[in-house]
Amino acid sequence: MTGEVAARVASHPFTAGLAAEHLRTLCEAAAPLSYPPGKRIFAEGGAADRFWLLERGSVALDLRVPGRGDQVIETLVAGTVLGWSWMNPPYRWQFGAVAREHTDTVAFDAASVRRRCDTDPAFGYAILQLFTPVITGRLQATRLRLLDLYATAGQAGRP
Amino acid sequence: MTAAAEVTAVSAAVPHPYRVVSRRVDTYDTVTLELAHDTGPLPAFAPGQFAMLTAYGIGEVPISLSAVADTADNRARRLIHTLRAVGAVTRALHATGPGGVIGVRGPFGTTWDVPSAAGSDVVLVAGGIGLAPLRPVLHAVLADRARYGRVALLVGARTPADLLYPDELRRWAAEAIQVEVVVDRPTDGWTGHVGVVTTLIPLARFDPARTVAFVCGPEVMMRFTAQALRTQGVPAPAIRVSLERNMRCGVGWCGHCQLGPMLVCRDGPVVDFARAEPLLRIREL
Repeated sequence: MTGEVAARVASHPFTAGLAAEHLRTLCEAAAPLSYPPGKRIFAEGGAADRFWLLERGSVALDLRVPGRGDQVIETLVAGTVLGWSWMNPPYRWQFGAVAREHTDTVAFDAASVRRRCDTDPAFGYAILQLFTPVITGRLQATRLRLLDLYATAGQAGRP
Repeated sequence: MTAAAEVTAVSAAVPHPYRVVSRRVDTYDTVTLELAHDTGPLPAFAPGQFAMLTAYGIGEVPISLSAVADTADNRARRLIHTLRAVGAVTRALHATGPGGVIGVRGPFGTTWDVPSAAGSDVVLVAGGIGLAPLRPVLHAVLADRARYGRVALLVGARTPADLLYPDELRRWAAEAIQVEVVVDRPTDGWTGHVGVVTTLIPLARFDPARTVAFVCGPEVMMRFTAQALRTQGVPAPAIRVSLERNMRCGVGWCGHCQLGPMLVCRDGPVVDFARAEPLLRIREL
């Protein structure tokens, strides 16, 4: 981990509010990674061994549907975090992820972060506090999409 | 009621005949109609205001202004409305071609008050057909671009085929406006964002403390968008939303559009979120 990477992590919106000592601990597992357009970052069912802070570019979350190919579920933009399947067993990706354009990230080694969470509960709680709003935010967004708000009554199957 | 008030009341209740001079198909269920008066123009409409459009023999619906036409020719005062065919009246209006006559009452309601955003960054968030009432805001900002700070337009649509004004979106993006588009349901070939419109807010470049936000779309979408803007630091009084209720008379007599202490046709449709939020939280309203 370099000072430059630490500065990148500290300036990312996702880590805003993280205490300095926890930021230092988190940065011990950090490394910069970039992806060209179209590069698959991970595939559904693969080992969830990292998570990423997206600094530039965007990423599509997708799911392989037989006969329809990879269907994009959602896109994630710069300023957000990619990946939370690393937090809970079985540590497998539930969806796939592909860079839609040149995408710069800071990647974190998941096993290393989990070990630090286990040995330092205060750090673990701080990490949980970072991820929980992201998870609930995406759950709310999914619920909104289920409402199909822009549809006419006929499109949405309403009377 | 005084005699003068009675005359005004009757005048506001009588549709003026307007002739369709052009009909542009925007999407499979949405058209933009340009209307010219037959017997004399109604007073000038401002961005955010709405008209009651009559399909003769069928009924009347409130439709917001989607562009200000003829700014150089005040006598013409053509009206431009984008409408979606969703019910009996809008289906009839949607089907009205050039030469057809539509009844018009208005202008009704409050405006977006675009000039008051001068000196601020401007964020516009549109959901679905909600882009139509926001289009005159963009036109006003572009007509006086130097008076405003950074401008971001965030658009959410159901599918790529539902996206309004795609040519204008491209043109606005080339005119120093940040344009971001997201769809709920991508189709083959869509390379843009996928998700809800609130996910675009982190991409928008603006200073929350000196920003005026204009939000238009389904009410739930506006509530979540306003919350997301507030989380970013935009104060509630600086967030303007366009409310929709059962507008009938247009001038606050009939009470069909009551929302707590407000009559939306008269005190709205455009209100700031500090005023709207407590009312939108009450289920019975």
